[in-house]
Amino acid sequence: MSSVLYDVPGPKARRISLIGSVVGGLAILGLLAWIIFTLGQQGIFEGRRWQIFTRADVWRLLGNGLGATLSAAALAAVIAFPLGLLLCLLRISDVKLIRVPTRVVLEFLRGMPVVLMMLFILLGFGTSQFIAVVAGLVVYNAAVFAEIIRAGIQSLPKGQREAGLAIGLTSFKSRMLIELPQAVRRMMPSLVAQLVVLLKDTSLGYIVAYGELLRAVQLMADVLGPAFLFPVFFVAAGMYIAINIAISRLAVWIERRGSKKAAGGTAKADPAVAEAGAP
Amino acid sequence: MDVIIENLPLYWEGFLRTLFLSVVSGVIALVLGTLLAAARVSPVAALRGFSTAYVEILRNTPLTIAFFFAAIVLPRLGVQFAQFEVAAIIALSTYTAAFIAEAVRSGVNSVPVGQAEAARSIGMNFGQVLNLIILPQALRTVIPPLINILIALVKNSSVAGAFFVLELFGYGRQLANANGDQVITVLLGTAFFYLLLTVPLGILASTVERKVAIAR
Repeated sequence: MSSVLYDVPGPKARRISLIGSVVGGLAILGLLAWIIFTLGQQGIFEGRRWQIFTRADVWRLLGNGLGATLSAAALAAVIAFPLGLLLCLLRISDVKLIRVPTRVVLEFLRGMPVVLMMLFILLGFGTSQFIAVVAGLVVYNAAVFAEIIRAGIQSLPKGQREAGLAIGLTSFKSRMLIELPQAVRRMMPSLVAQLVVLLKDTSLGYIVAYGELLRAVQLMADVLGPAFLFPVFFVAAGMYIAINIAISRLAVWIERRGSKKAAGGTAKADPAVAEAGAP
Repeated sequence: MDVIIENLPLYWEGFLRTLFLSVVSGVIALVLGTLLAAARVSPVAALRGFSTAYVEILRNTPLTIAFFFAAIVLPRLGVQFAQFEVAAIIALSTYTAAFIAEAVRSGVNSVPVGQAEAARSIGMNFGQVLNLIILPQALRTVIPPLINILIALVKNSSVAGAFFVLELFGYGRQLANANGDQVITVLLGTAFFYLLLTVPLGILASTVERKVAIAR
């Protein structure tokens, strides 16, 4: 697309573009240099601040935090997906008495901040922090999964359901045997992209005092002293970003690979659908 | 119920601050995001690279991390804010801008190639093609996703409540701690005020999707 927006550059345009690139690159480098210089003046790059990473217990604490983050995310994802399927089936049920209340519940869940749900479960039901984080994530992401799968079912060619009904399947069986499997395959990129959102949301556990990665950072800064806040934060943020980028790449890979088993092929992961409720 | 009515002024104050955070961050993010999207399709390689890196990193950063950075790490590095709202707005707008850039970019990609070709064949330059032909159409197709991002922004502003800004979630948490016996009522009240913002926006998004978006 971008190549259509402007002419194939001639010698003059190439020169301007090169100059632009160099100037722009220098400006960005300058900004980076300024940031690094400012950080340096704060003594961020003193060796002793980074020497803590030679200590095993620092890594153990970070590892524990990461483990807490990943286990909450994994458990939430495993529960949320089947629940999302169920909610999706209820949402598109032929019976109005089931469909309409489900829709109201889904809108309610999707319209609420996840952190509020976590706090609600934590204080309202007096659960442990872990359960509050997992349950908050489950409830919210199940609603999002339901909406994604519903979008997948609606985007299938009409003939799929008609064919199912025509060979004598009941409405429910057609949904289960014909439409759902295709919809899930078709929406796989969006579903995987939603996993990134889910993983990012585990960091909200910090707010309800669940001992996840960010809480571990805070803890270490409190114990070791504020001087170590930046290095530890830097490493922890790097971990989060690396894992999320890996999952995002997986979504893109699935999207590129496509699926021949879903009518209409694999749908692109819509950044806005996935983001529709993310912190 | 009484606890909500008694504390209605607090709820209202929190609601207004949530609204304030969302509107200010939303406007900044829209401008920044559109600029990033333009940089992403520009002929200048350095700008493309910067925009790609920015979007890739911010999109994969948890918002809580962004808030932690703006509200706790930055002050330690010598950047002092007069109010924590500023930190919240920085975190929210830089984070949201990445998603807006991505949505606008996919909108730019959804405009048929012929549009840009036609514009160029009548002699428009890059700036004109983008400003007069591509962006007006792209923005229209991205309105529903943009509204969805703004809904997410409203909900995301709740994270500010945990970083020293007393908005809806901040007050909700405070009230919940003060009224231990009526936690559920207090938090349902908070939820109600969030829904007051998100549900109309959601309805708006689906209406726009049905009506305006297709009319290219």
